[in-house]
Order: sequence, then structure tokens, then C-alpha cells
Amino acid sequence: MVTAVTNLGRSGLYDWLVQRVSGVILLAWFSIIGTYIGMNGDMSHAQWQAFFGQTWMQVLSVAAVLSIGVHAWIGLWCVLTDYLTTRMIGANGNVIRGIASAVCGVTLFTYMIWGLQIVWVG
Amino acid sequence: MLQVSIYRYNPETDKEPYMQDLEVDTGGKDMMVLDVLELLKGEDPSITYRRSCREGVCGSDGMNINGKNGLACITHLSDTVKNNKLVLRPLPGLPVVRDLVVDMSLFYQQYEKIQPYLQNNTPAPAIERLQSPEERAKLDGLYECILCACCSTSCPSFWWNPDRFIGPAGLLQAYRFLADSRDTATEERLANLDDPFSVFRCHNIQNCVNVCPKGLNPTRAIGHIRTMLLQRGA
Repeated sequence: MVTAVTNLGRSGLYDWLVQRVSGVILLAWFSIIGTYIGMNGDMSHAQWQAFFGQTWMQVLSVAAVLSIGVHAWIGLWCVLTDYLTTRMIGANGNVIRGIASAVCGVTLFTYMIWGLQIVWVG
Repeated sequence: MLQVSIYRYNPETDKEPYMQDLEVDTGGKDMMVLDVLELLKGEDPSITYRRSCREGVCGSDGMNINGKNGLACITHLSDTVKNNKLVLRPLPGLPVVRDLVVDMSLFYQQYEKIQPYLQNNTPAPAIERLQSPEERAKLDGLYECILCACCSTSCPSFWWNPDRFIGPAGLLQAYRFLADSRDTATEERLANLDDPFSVFRCHNIQNCVNVCPKGLNPTRAIGHIRTMLLQRGA
């Protein structure tokens, strides 16, 4: 039987809510980026850096990076507990899912730290 | 002659399942799929399927008909047959007992989990627990479920985790009791559903709505349960 031990919040409701809130944050971030790029066709690197250097954009970008992390983990946890289970792939299902979860977790964590470094440190 | 391809599997004699191709003379009539099965069984009594009321009430003859779950007794050939071909398979995702008969234990276990009976901890009135017409109307679209399992066995989330995800049929019935003004076990019912699997494995793909032979909408009921859980948790 699949358990919820690697689930983000141990609660379906919590994860469901987090996924929606993080989705709204990502929608806002991508909308702002898309609009900015659309309005500034020939953009210089300095202009791009200045845009991201504004405090409000830094705050929103940090929120977006964290949102990607939790959003992706909740989604990947669902996928992994659907397909990599003892029911689906046999006796080693839980071990394989554990390894796949660890790979996904480390990858997401690395990208989050890297993303925060880019946004905050520059 | 109608070309019929039917899933055959007898665990006592067959190593593995196979599709058997047969022909049926329907006489040009737009009969029901169950009628075709009856004609086939007349020729080969070993063909096995469940059936009972033959009018879409008992829910016994749920099966996969040309790729879509439905009740054989109320599915017209004209609604499903294309290129003169009828393909019949058992309901997907459940263990096959024989031919078109599946073991529905997992389905019923999930149904049992939601405690599908009225619970009321107040003293019983002299005659009956009354409902206003408005309160009774809230049960429309919920109580009509006949537990044929067409919806749950068309749901990938139920295929992958049939031991943890309640499934659309069970959740429709869960909401049927949550919405009932005579039931006082709302808190306990919601507490039993508040985990990452029971309700939240539904990703709103609406296969259940697409196949329900009674025209019910389990996805909407699941949405109501989510809202109740949210209000409870807030």
C-alpha cells in the first residue's frame, strides 16, 4: 500500500491548497515577465537586470521560485505514487519510488537554491 | 452480420486472456448490447457475464463497450457500433474472474469506507425524520447511483490506487450523506476523507461524468466535498 509519508503536508487538503496558491503566484510571475518582454522588445542586459533588481520583483521572484519547488513536489509525488508502486511495478516498487523521490527532491532543492541565488544575489 | 470481438478468459483452462471474434445476426434491429450477448450465449453457453434487471436499474452488466464503460442492457448498438464492429471487454482496472465478470471487492471496500448509511445521534422521532422539499432536493443527482462501477473503473486514479482512492462512485455516495440534512456525522465523515488519497487523488479529468449511465456528475460532488473540507479546515 502506498503511504503519505513523503507527502508535502501529510494532508490532501493542505497540498491541494498549496498547489493552487503556488499556481496563482506562478501565473502572476509569468504574466508580469511576459508583459514586460512584450512591451520591451529590444531589451538590454542592464535594463533586464534593473527590472529584476527592484525589491518588489525580487520578492515576487523568490515567491515564484519557492512556488515552483512546492508545486513541482506535490505534482511529482502524485505521479510517483501513481506509477512507481508495488502494485504497478512489483515488489521493488517502494524502493524504486524512494530513489526516484530522492532524485526529484535533490534536483528541486538544487534548482530552488540556485534560483534564489540568481534572484537575490544576482 | 455484426462482427463481435469479446474478451475471453477462464482461469481454469486459459493461460492468458484472448479476444474471440464472433458474428451475430441482429436481423437489422437496433438491439441492446445485452441482447447481442444473449444471442452469443445461445450459441456458446460458456460466455460469462453478469446481468439481472436488463433495464439499467441493477447495475450488474457494466462492461467496456467499444472502449467506453457502460451498461450493456441500455446501450443501443446504434450508439456504439462503428464500422459494424462491437468490442466487449470487462471493466478496466479490476481483476477478471471470468470473461466479462470482474471481482468488485476493491470497489465495494471503498464504498464501505464512506459508511453509506444515515447516521443520526439525536433521539428518534415518533414517526420519521422530516426534510423540507429544499433539503430533499439536495439529494437529487446523488441518490440515483446504482453502483455499477462504470465511473470508478474509468478513472485512472482508481486504477493506480484502488486501495487508497475512494473513487468517483464512493465519493458521490459520500457527498450524498454529507448533503443529507438528517445525517449528523458530518464531522466524522469529513475527518475520514481528509488524507492525501481518499478525495484528493481526483484530478478532475471527468471520465466518470463521461461514462455514467445514469447521467450523474461525481466530479461536481467531489468538488462539494473539497469545499466542505476547506471550510472545515479554515
